[in-house]
Amino acid sequence: MSTRSSTLTGRIMSAPSIIGLFLWMIVPLGMTVYFSFLRYNLLEPGMEEWIGTLNYEFFLTDPAFFASLANTLLLVGSVLIITVIGGVLLGLMLDQPIFGRGILRLLVIAPFFIMPTVNALVWKNLLMHPVSGMFAWIANSLGFQSIDWFSAAPLTAIIIMVSWQWLPFAVLILLTALQSLDRDQKEAAQMDGAGPVSIFFYITLPHLSRAITVVVLIETIFLLTVFAEIFVTTGGGPGLATTNIAFLVYTQALLQYDVGGASAGGIVAVILANIVAIFLIRLIGKNLDS
Amino acid sequence: MGAIRLENVKKTFGTIDVIPGVDLDINDGEFVVFVGPSGCGKSTLLRLIAGLEDVTDGKILIDGIDVANEPPAKRGLSMVFQSYALYPHMTVYNNIAFGLKMAGESKAVIKEKVQNAAKILNLTDYLERRPGALSGGQRQRVAIGRAIVRNPAAFLFDEPLSNLDAALRVNMRLEITGLHQDLKTTMIYVTHDQVEAMTMADKIVVLQAGRVEQVGKPMDLYSNPANKFVAGFIGSPKMNFLGGDYAKKHNCYEIGIRPEHFTISTESGDIAATVKIAEHLGAETYLHINADGVGPMTVRATGEVPLSEHDKIWLTPEPDRIHRFDAQGTALAKQ
Repeated sequence: MSTRSSTLTGRIMSAPSIIGLFLWMIVPLGMTVYFSFLRYNLLEPGMEEWIGTLNYEFFLTDPAFFASLANTLLLVGSVLIITVIGGVLLGLMLDQPIFGRGILRLLVIAPFFIMPTVNALVWKNLLMHPVSGMFAWIANSLGFQSIDWFSAAPLTAIIIMVSWQWLPFAVLILLTALQSLDRDQKEAAQMDGAGPVSIFFYITLPHLSRAITVVVLIETIFLLTVFAEIFVTTGGGPGLATTNIAFLVYTQALLQYDVGGASAGGIVAVILANIVAIFLIRLIGKNLDS
Repeated sequence: MGAIRLENVKKTFGTIDVIPGVDLDINDGEFVVFVGPSGCGKSTLLRLIAGLEDVTDGKILIDGIDVANEPPAKRGLSMVFQSYALYPHMTVYNNIAFGLKMAGESKAVIKEKVQNAAKILNLTDYLERRPGALSGGQRQRVAIGRAIVRNPAAFLFDEPLSNLDAALRVNMRLEITGLHQDLKTTMIYVTHDQVEAMTMADKIVVLQAGRVEQVGKPMDLYSNPANKFVAGFIGSPKMNFLGGDYAKKHNCYEIGIRPEHFTISTESGDIAATVKIAEHLGAETYLHINADGVGPMTVRATGEVPLSEHDKIWLTPEPDRIHRFDAQGTALAKQ
């Protein structure tokens, strides 16, 4: 079925959707690039003018940019470490034939189905609230001072919330990978004299490397753009303590009505995301080749 | 040293008695084959000896020491799995070295032992490859290499040849037999293939439903099966069983005659029959026949036999090769 005419027909038939997808991607990107070179503020309609790379200069020399870049990397890195390590451990537990495993699995997966805004509200008002939150109650009943999470350790609080949200995803992927591990291999290692710890490091972990790669890549893509949790709880503060790149772009665009500056920020974010992606694929992408 | 003795070994899964109680003696250096139909408990018995399953009751003595409650690594045995169970992310070298590494051997010792094993198994050129880049036979050799470097008291083989094609299987069979002759280590080999059992074993253990039906040298089982099950299981094509008048003539419930123990005549004989299918293999001919008053039987004739479909023949069993059984299937003394 790969004659020249059938290949041509195939191309013609698939062309509309490919062109559609291309426009879907390129038009917003092109407009953002165009806006990023304009002086374009919603408070001054009709005053748009070409200002070259001035928006980029402002954005990149803004101290807020470096603070938010650091916050972004810290947030992504911490959540990745917590979810991968936690995911492996929970996966190992759920792979054991324990009582109530079906229900337990369901409970572990549940947080993933909660939308980020609700997740943030639950953590903010029910768990981490310094007066009425459960953590405060536990601390008080043990005789400790309660912690005001969002002013004392705001980024840590955000990291905890986002990790809670993304842990189920890691568990889900890693558990399926664990289930595909050949039982014979573990038994062969047992015969070879390997204890549970050696089996984990020499057999299980290498077997999981591909699944871990998938978890890291997919989570990175989504974690670079964490927004709802920050918006609902700290609003990027106190100061810039919890502002990441995505939130910085939002403050530019909607709090300062600076469309040009926000577009430049958006393009910078796209470039940063690509740098991280190239870095990641170089680093661990070879695990995906078999 | 690797003398293994099982004393009343039992295994139950839930309420099911998989092994109701097995006693068995395996001498040092012996090649023992566990054979039986699938689900007979032969693999379970092997896994009990290996320590991959816990015994429900009974003793497993290796060189006189009860190891029934020891973990697999402490028993000093090594095992070759049906799926080979190679570690896919390690090179052949590391696969073979893994057991030594776990035992805390020095790098120099490991290297020497791995090189030796590789030489014995013709794997020297493949040491840096991963299992994924090897053929089935080579993977099998790596699995054996992994077993021999640890210098075990006994080797356990769990249907190691069932994933290989027919030609390779014959080769590996000879290689394993040769290995046993060189190493002179006890080997326990599980298979459902009676040809493997007959050709490799010093001693065959025939199992059915977790019970040992008979233990003995291959030719003993062939010539003097203890019961109908062993008689039917050992030997290919299968033994023919005749009841009714033929059995009465020999004062028993049923008689069994192997396909190769008939004299075939086109004129006269004890049993009249019609040829249904003749399989001409050159060196021998298998005749699938329909015997009058008995039904389908198989006869094996040496050499080329000029018989084909619908031919009328007469069979006469060799009188000293007739096996007699009582109603319970137990073998009776020959007449």
